Order: sequence, then structure tokens, then C-alpha cells
Amino acid sequence: MSSKEARRVLVVPGEVICEGEYKVLTPNYIIKVNGKYVATAVGLAQVNEDSKELSFIPLEGCYVPQVDDIVVGYVVDVGLTYWEVDIRAPFTATLYAVDFLGRPVNPAKEDLSNYLSTGDTVIAKIEIFDRNRGPIITTKGKGLGKVIHGTIVEISPVKVARVIGRRGSMHQLLQSETSCDITVARNGRILINCPNKELEDILVMAILKIEREAHIPGLTDRIKEFIIREKVKRGLIGGEGKAT
Amino acid sequence: MGKVKLLREDGLRHDGRRPDELRPIRMQVGVLNKASGSALVEYGATKILAAVHGPREIPQRHLLLPSRAILRCRYHMLTFSTHERKSPAPSRREIELSKVIREALEPVVMAEVFPRTAIDVFIEVINADGGTRTASVTAASLALADAGIPMRDLVIGVAVGKVDGVLVLDIDEAEDMYGEADMPVAVAPSLGIVTLLQLNGVLTREEFNEALKLALKGAQTIYSMAREALKSRYLEVKVEE
Repeated sequence: MSSKEARRVLVVPGEVICEGEYKVLTPNYIIKVNGKYVATAVGLAQVNEDSKELSFIPLEGCYVPQVDDIVVGYVVDVGLTYWEVDIRAPFTATLYAVDFLGRPVNPAKEDLSNYLSTGDTVIAKIEIFDRNRGPIITTKGKGLGKVIHGTIVEISPVKVARVIGRRGSMHQLLQSETSCDITVARNGRILINCPNKELEDILVMAILKIEREAHIPGLTDRIKEFIIREKVKRGLIGGEGKAT
Repeated sequence: MGKVKLLREDGLRHDGRRPDELRPIRMQVGVLNKASGSALVEYGATKILAAVHGPREIPQRHLLLPSRAILRCRYHMLTFSTHERKSPAPSRREIELSKVIREALEPVVMAEVFPRTAIDVFIEVINADGGTRTASVTAASLALADAGIPMRDLVIGVAVGKVDGVLVLDIDEAEDMYGEADMPVAVAPSLGIVTLLQLNGVLTREEFNEALKLALKGAQTIYSMAREALKSRYLEVKVEE
């Protein structure tokens, strides 16, 4: 498997990763200076000698919106025909009332704060984002819209990929081990709905542990062990038993 | 001028350092949790706190550029950072230093990644004992790296001075005040570029070349410390059992 061949190194801006000819998969984080590949941020550089590919996992950074990303946002302002939503990006996003309500609105007759007011939480998808305008989000789609219940855990947006895991493995593990409903938004806000308080506590601790130890290999196994241990501690499963 | 002995008979400086010796340096990143990135840097008794906010939208929209982020920088000395109380209002000197520090950072920050945004760097001098602008450059570049803003390299500042005819590295306040020359330098060591170079006083051409060489050597040492400081945050994380 190609991932086994990949060499991972912790690098800081200006540090040389390697020399030669490689295909750079993350151009913002790896630049070529005098024939050498140089890192531009603090993170893990992955060198794959077989496929001659270079990629980078940043360990610090803000959320940069991309079209089709699912995000959890907080309403920060109510306009006449739209809401302004904080999505932890450099820009606030716009959610149009036509999109949210599914019908045209007459600002003379309706007050949008009746539907969403400042402080409300929405789960939405980035519909449009380019260099010319701020992100426009949509709530059309399955599972999108106003968030009525659940808990939000905030982690660094660059570590979201770890919570999802390779092909969703970590996400599945968390969901099956805690029987909670987890929605991982790309901007680092994780919406969880748990059957009880104890499982919620375990899940929150597990997510924060993932954030802390994101750069140390063997994460999935460690998290699985951690959840089982916490469940035993709380008497949710007996003795040395295996989680089912 | 009162006679201040900056160089002792044994060739060491007034604080016991060799001419090419740095002061004890300490660096720590991620010291503030509300800022996107932060760093605390100490060059001897000089202590600098830098915080980075952004990239973010700003109310002054006319300042924003469609092609890249703007970098804004504020260098400020706290009222208690000097012997006599420093007025908190920005002085002519602080406005100038804010500009030169910004210009020292601009060549390495990849501002084109975040168009129409602003990156704010706030630098507070907690204690001033010479070399505040150079320590500020180092602190600001560490804070930018901590904020995850892509940079081509780190920028390291270090000053070289001339006391009693001898070139000395990393001058402190006494050497700055009573010495013959003072030359702050900021370099991006991996890229091999000098982003800040000022000279106050008189140096011959040979002395200038020698001074620059000394500064680059000093910067290289600080550079490896800066890299360690950034990495230590991750290397220190232990797997909880």
C-alpha cells in the first residue's frame, strides 16, 4: 500500500523537505526554491518515494472555505433578505432567505429574525465561493438547516481530517463505539447528538484527544482503546469486555 | 559623555560575553489562546510578546486588496518597559518600527493565499534592553507560523554593534547607547535574503562586511532555536495512557 511507503516528517516554514522531482499535491504548503522542496507551514510533510508525490498535513491554520464543504455556522447578523453567518473563515458567509425558506420573502411584511436570529446555529453547505465574493451557503439538502438540539465541539479546522479518518474510518469508529450521531463540519465544528450524558462525555474527550494527538501515528487504535477504557470506568460495559 | 566601559581588559564585554556571543535566548509559541498565533521571545532582558490575528475581514474595506492579504503591524512599547515611563501613545519611533518590521516580514508571507483579507500582527515590548526591533521580527515570524499562515521562511532578527572599535553581536541597551555603531539585521536564512538592514553610526566597508557576516552567523543560531521552539509544541505531546 502506498501509504506504508510514505515518510512523514515534522517541518516548520523554510525547512527543506527533499530534493528531486516530485508531484506536489498541496501547492500552498510546499514550494520549490532552488530545486528543493520547502515547507511553508508547521505540519507533517509526507514524502512518497514510490509515486514521487509530496503532500502536507498542516498542524496550524484557519478554515478556508471550499465549495461543497459542510459547515456549522452561527448567525451573527440578520439582514432584510439574508443572514450573515460566522463559519470560522476569514469571511462571514451569507445565507439568503429565499434559500433557507424555500420561497420569496417580502421584507416589508416579514422579519427574518422570526426564523433565525443572532446566535442561532445552522448546518449548511458552501454553495459559491471564489476570489471575488464572500462565501454563500445553502441549507438545501439532507441534514442541513437550523440546528435544534445537540452539542457542538470545536476543534482546530486543520485537524478535521483526523476526526474523519481515512475513508471515514475514525468517524465510523466514533459513531459505532458511542452510538452517537456525529456530523463533522469542515470548519472544525462537530455536532453530536448522544443517547446519554456519559456517552457524550466520552465522545467529547475522544474528539479532544484526537485533536491533541493528531500528529502521532496509531491514532485510530488508541482512540478505540480509550473509548473502551472510559466505558469500563463508567460501568457502561463490564470488566475486560469488548465493545459491541 | 560619561565614560562607560563596554569592553573589559580581558576582551569580554561589559556583561561577560565574548564579542560574537548571543545573549541567553528563550522562545515560546502559542502563549495566548485568543489570538490565531502568538509567541514570546526573550533576548537577554529584552522581552517581546507578539500576537497574530487573521487572516480576517476588516471594517476598513478600502484597504483590502483583491489579489492578496494585507499585512498590518503594530510595534508598541508598554509603559513599564523602559526606565522612565513610556507614554502609551504611539511615538514617531514606534510608527517607524512598525513599518520596518512589516516590511521585514512581507517578503516571506504568502499573502496571495488569502485575498481580500488582513493579517494583523501586534507586538508588545514588555521589557526593553536593546535589540527590541530584531527580537520583535523573530517573535512576529514565530507568531505568524503559529497562526498557520503559509510563509516561505522564518525571519530572524539580530543586531550587530561596534563598541570600542570591536564588532559585537546582539547588542544590549548599554552597548547601543554608548557604542559607536548599531546595525539591526533581519534575514530569512533558508531563502538567503536580508529583509531588514539599518545602520546607525559609522562602519568602514570592511567592518560592514564583517558585521553582516557576524549577523548572519548569529541569525543561523537563533534560526535553529526558533525551529525547535515551533516543533517542541508537538514533540512534547505525549500519548496519554
